[in-house]
Amino acid sequence: MKIYVPRDAAAKALGADEVAAAIEAEAARRGLPLTLVRNGSRGMVWLEPLVELQTEAGRVAFGPVTAADVPGLFEADWKRHPLALGLTEELPWLMMQTRLTFARCGITDPLCLEDYEAHGGFEGLHRAIAMSRAEILQEVIDSGLRGRGGAGFPTGIKWKTVSEAEASQKYIVCNADEGDSGTFADRMIMEGDPFTLIEGMTIAGLATGATRGYVYMRSEYPDAVEVMVEAVRIARAHGLLGPSVMGSGRAFDMEIRVGAGAYVCGEETSLLNSLEGKRGVVRAKPPLPALEGFLGKPTVVNNVISLASIPVIFQKGAAYYRDFGLGRSRGTIPLQIAGNVKRGGLFEIAFGMSLSQIVDDIAGGTASGRPVKAVQVGGPLGAYFPRALFDTPFCYEEFAGAEGLVGHAGIVVFDDTADMLKQARFAMEFCAIESCGKCTPCRIGAVRGMETVDRIARGDTAAIPLLTDLCATMKSGSLCALGGFTPYPVMSALTHFPDDFAPMKEAAE
Amino acid sequence: MRLDEAEVHARVDDILDAHEGLEGPLLPILHAVQDAFGHVPLDSLPRIAARLNLSRAEVHGVMSFYHDFRTRPHGRHVLKLCRAEACQAMGGDRLAEATQARLGIGWHQTTADGGVTLEPVFCLGLCACAPAALVDGRVVGRVDEARLERILEEVRA
Repeated sequence: MKIYVPRDAAAKALGADEVAAAIEAEAARRGLPLTLVRNGSRGMVWLEPLVELQTEAGRVAFGPVTAADVPGLFEADWKRHPLALGLTEELPWLMMQTRLTFARCGITDPLCLEDYEAHGGFEGLHRAIAMSRAEILQEVIDSGLRGRGGAGFPTGIKWKTVSEAEASQKYIVCNADEGDSGTFADRMIMEGDPFTLIEGMTIAGLATGATRGYVYMRSEYPDAVEVMVEAVRIARAHGLLGPSVMGSGRAFDMEIRVGAGAYVCGEETSLLNSLEGKRGVVRAKPPLPALEGFLGKPTVVNNVISLASIPVIFQKGAAYYRDFGLGRSRGTIPLQIAGNVKRGGLFEIAFGMSLSQIVDDIAGGTASGRPVKAVQVGGPLGAYFPRALFDTPFCYEEFAGAEGLVGHAGIVVFDDTADMLKQARFAMEFCAIESCGKCTPCRIGAVRGMETVDRIARGDTAAIPLLTDLCATMKSGSLCALGGFTPYPVMSALTHFPDDFAPMKEAAE
Repeated sequence: MRLDEAEVHARVDDILDAHEGLEGPLLPILHAVQDAFGHVPLDSLPRIAARLNLSRAEVHGVMSFYHDFRTRPHGRHVLKLCRAEACQAMGGDRLAEATQARLGIGWHQTTADGGVTLEPVFCLGLCACAPAALVDGRVVGRVDEARLERILEEVRA
């Protein structure tokens, strides 16, 4: 029998390793031959550990499984067990999605190259190798792909700048410093389908003439680091990385680097400083990293999901990818639904879905069963949306129009017990802890912001205009998004939830 | 326990040798030193600085910038609790308070018996199974007070 138990960190955090061990022990006890595959996660975190059994009809899902359930599953011949959910592919959560970037995630063994190729892996790279640099760049531009890290800059244009720059050495740097709360798409793809990222970075190398790449990962993701290091080793051993990628005569190789717990290193220029072995302090732009990046050389800095979306664009063509989406937001976006939700996890879909569809229909409301009060989109620098704005379509421009940001598409749901003043204070506190210290609005502003929110909490309403003014200064005067976007959660909390900032709050409690 | 300076130098030299030829080698070196000693001994900094042709102040500046690097050993076990928004939405703040009360220590502190060090962490990417924790590098999701109690019993056993 063939059984799948995810090795994804979320599945492990809920007991997947114990379940895998129990399945092996039970199969051995019964003398049953067992092939156990540690796949990535399908993204249904509320059902993790989600165990799958290969049957003639397809893979059947069971979840959430605990180690204690395992003997009973064998006893009931699996299919008659109450934890059986039916064919995995027919589960509504998966059927509603458009999985392009995450097409293989959860299906294959992440570290099995044969499995990767059997599911369309390297088809994109093969096609790219046969193309000229100009053709590769045009394909990426035509796909409409924009930076999935949050800024939404057109990926093809960035690559073109690097491609046209003259230099002895160019670099592809993957920003895998996924520090935003509520986001885990980078982690999931690196743990569940690492060769996709390697393939995407290799295509970026071919397009720009860069022969060296780095993946800058977080130390908070030990499981993802382990998988990526092993995947790079396997790719190199098979000639997919090295002096002649797939025998093409063109070189590309890469290295995994691990950060050291600084949130600001998710900002591209401070990431580059950190990669060079310096303090993770933000650099002023210009010069753009595309012209003077890592070690002063032309450098593509792209988010994991941007790069991991490249292979499918080359596999299926730019037009195929571009035809998904809305307005200027083309293709698909892996939504990460988190916090106080009934059904949390990863949901990849074309741009354009409304927040209420995401929160009410897909996530099924709150885990606590209480009404939804606010939804923070885009991490700690993203705005808090009240229900009144839930019809906003999930797109870059539309979210910016509502004084928010798509960011890395993390969606954190709060029920009505949330205190928005407290959340505003946390935003300032977080900025103060993580500020790199280079620019004054961020370094000093965040500390003054905390103090000002505390004054409001004590009933000093005169501090409210002060906070608004401070936020305006931070927004327009900060060097990078940390100080510049911290006003989003603060101002959205203040604007949409004024009752939480009112002086009668204390008295009412 | 004070580390012998000669031994620190010998082991740091091995680490420096192993990182020859890397572009931007300082972070990988500091990680390797911390892995070897459980912290970054201050004695190691001049050694690293000399090899990389940096000033001692520059190396110290880099080390002290990052939350991960410590100049003193932590307890036998390290419990990291996520403090970020998704975990807050699932009662992370209450869990943090209960943990501090249970251990009798604050953030970045170690229990008197040297058993457990408590560290805050901002996001483990386990936001759909919050609140989350990292116990000696092992991920744990949906942590409530009962699960926390089991974790503490496990690590103290």
